[in-house]
Amino acid sequence: MPRWQKPFYRLGQALASIPGGFARFFAGIGKGIAKFFKGVGENIADIGRTFVKGDAVTKGSFLVMGLANMCRGQILRGLMFLLMEVVFIFYMITTGGYWLSMLPSLGLVGPQEEYDLILDTYVTTYHDNSFKILLYGVLTIFFILAFIVTWRMNVKQAKISQEMVESHRRLKSSGDDLRSLVDEGFYKTLLALPLTGILIFTVMPIVFMTLVAFTNYDGTHDGYFNNLFHWVGLDNFNQIITWGNGSTVYSAAFGEVLTWTLIWAFFATFTNYFLGIFVAMMINKKGIRFKKGFRTILVMTIAIPQFISLLYVSKMFAKNGIVNGFLMDMGWITTALPFWEEATWARITIILVNIWIGIPYLMLVATGILMNIPADLYESARIDGANAWKQFSKITLPYMLFITGPYLLTQFTGNMSNFNVIYLLTTGNPINAAASGAAGSVGYTDLLVTWLFKITTGAESKYYMASVVGILIFIVVAIITLIVYNFLPSIKNEEDFQ
Amino acid sequence: MSSGPTLEKRHMGMTAANRLSNTVIYIILIVMSIVWLAPFVFIVMQSFRVESTWMTGYVMPQKWGFDNYIALGKTDFWHWYTNTFIIALFTAALQTVIVLCMSYTLSRFRFKMRRPLMKFMLILGLFPGMLTMIILYRVLKDLGMTQDNAVPGLILVYIASSGMGYYVSKGFFDTVPKALDEAARVDGATRAQVLWKIILPMAKPIVIYTVLTAFMGPWGDFVFARYISMNSTEGMNVAVGLQSWLTLDQINSRYTMFCAGGVIVAIPVTILFMCLQRYYVEGVTGGAVKG
Repeated sequence: MPRWQKPFYRLGQALASIPGGFARFFAGIGKGIAKFFKGVGENIADIGRTFVKGDAVTKGSFLVMGLANMCRGQILRGLMFLLMEVVFIFYMITTGGYWLSMLPSLGLVGPQEEYDLILDTYVTTYHDNSFKILLYGVLTIFFILAFIVTWRMNVKQAKISQEMVESHRRLKSSGDDLRSLVDEGFYKTLLALPLTGILIFTVMPIVFMTLVAFTNYDGTHDGYFNNLFHWVGLDNFNQIITWGNGSTVYSAAFGEVLTWTLIWAFFATFTNYFLGIFVAMMINKKGIRFKKGFRTILVMTIAIPQFISLLYVSKMFAKNGIVNGFLMDMGWITTALPFWEEATWARITIILVNIWIGIPYLMLVATGILMNIPADLYESARIDGANAWKQFSKITLPYMLFITGPYLLTQFTGNMSNFNVIYLLTTGNPINAAASGAAGSVGYTDLLVTWLFKITTGAESKYYMASVVGILIFIVVAIITLIVYNFLPSIKNEEDFQ
Repeated sequence: MSSGPTLEKRHMGMTAANRLSNTVIYIILIVMSIVWLAPFVFIVMQSFRVESTWMTGYVMPQKWGFDNYIALGKTDFWHWYTNTFIIALFTAALQTVIVLCMSYTLSRFRFKMRRPLMKFMLILGLFPGMLTMIILYRVLKDLGMTQDNAVPGLILVYIASSGMGYYVSKGFFDTVPKALDEAARVDGATRAQVLWKIILPMAKPIVIYTVLTAFMGPWGDFVFARYISMNSTEGMNVAVGLQSWLTLDQINSRYTMFCAGGVIVAIPVTILFMCLQRYYVEGVTGGAVKG
């Protein structure tokens, strides 16, 4: 095959493997689901067996959690199970039941205007709170799931402890359990706090916001003071993807913003990447002195808090800013250049400023890797007569791509959600009048995340729309991540051959 | 190595072509250094401008003075500065603990839920962080940690989910040979003792890296700080506060003060970073890439 055809051939191969990758992915999901249900089935079977073969104590544990543990000497474990059961039942009877029952409707009685005889006027009284119902309802469901898991653990331990007693083996005492917390079980101690934090501050909000996307929670339906909010099913998603008449505003805005987000992420990532490697190679070159000096100068720009750099540079390029002022003083231009005022100018300027911000990081990463490439690879290549370009494309580049593959992916997805750079430089302007309107003001440099921010903090606070956009961001990012992971193994294999 | 290729190398280093490319490279690097440092030189110069406080098209002040720095004292700036400093301090301490707990555990222990947990956190990370903002605000509001009291609220938000940022630290711990752990355990140490007495003392680089990045983070956070402090100027951090000075209505009286404020914020952080630069570089080139 002629040499120039090779890249196309490889590209074709890579693209052709995408459908296969998707097929494998969905098959994997299918297998995962199948495994899950099989696991559930096995667990149920095991529970049944435990009941049948269990003695009185084991059978009793089905009702009174922890009974088996306590009767067999594992006081601590038994007490913990019992405590869980008591707390759960108490909670469900007092408040949990209420939240669950209100979950389907998200509240029945909103704020009411009632005539107050004493004050001789209409007074607003508040009743159901949709927000709290959604929040506590979801928490209750989580609690129920946690309880089911704990109950299952309880039954399993009852069975195991019965078997161990029957075969005269020694059970772990409470003292053993406590001691293991600083030894084999130390990971439980270490992970407790971080995982709790993640559960409460990341998992719960994400689940909650995902559900909000299916309601009409916004500034005028805040769930308590104004109006209740209710489930609207897939209405919001329809709004954003149908190309109908009244709803074109959202879908148009979404299409434009998504396109720019992808283009931006692509350029931001790869310009920084290749230029960073280039700069690293230049500084690293044999004949160059002051290596440390140049690197330190560039690294200093990382130290300075980014918001200062971004805000200041954004003012530098303003109509009456330093750059225009300088150009006009030199007589090179007569009217100010519209760095931020015109869509295409703004987009290019942003990418250039991002290069200024990003190269020092990439240079650091690249330098570290370059130093690890064995020098004799280059030696033998030079002896074989390869010139500088060939050395780069056959040794340096493949090596870098191989090692930084995952890093590039995180850079790309990170840039897709790079709020600071866009917002602090332009706040998304210039405004895209055609796409704005119901969606709030959308600009030509808005990313999906800045748009999300505007929707949330805008006048109408359309939280449900923000949630929808958030979910869509997740889907886009997840798809891209999957596709790239599909690529990576093939790249890895190639390098081994080479 | 024979002397043949070595002599060749030295000879090749002296060729005219090589000298030319070196000169070109020097020129590029010097221009780059100027371009990269220019904005910071400008901001320092403009912070000393006395004759006007609005944004101008020139850099060199006509009159030099400390007016802008003094004027900062009459605004909320120092309040924002203390806010951010407190947040950074607590975040640095607590976040380091949490991240190290998480990364050490994932590196050293092999328990059943380990892989699913890592995959789960990977997926969680794909959600935009801002999505959680709305509900966290509501929850924090009920706890009284928003607006004027935004500082504790922000600290809580930063550290609570920081466990998800374990990649670099874990990469580091992965390079520490397990034989070390084994030897200690054979001698009878519990795992807790292994971590405390053996691993941590030699993990100085990564601990410093984690503390450094945890400290620098809050100085630049805009989104969360802005949302949690809502309409209160009491609870803002420097990023939100300084940005508010550059809005259309405020910029004419605040531009030079912004420059002064920027310089004051930048200097301590930059000095700290440059002192600990070595560890940052080690962390980036070592762990970040393998992650």
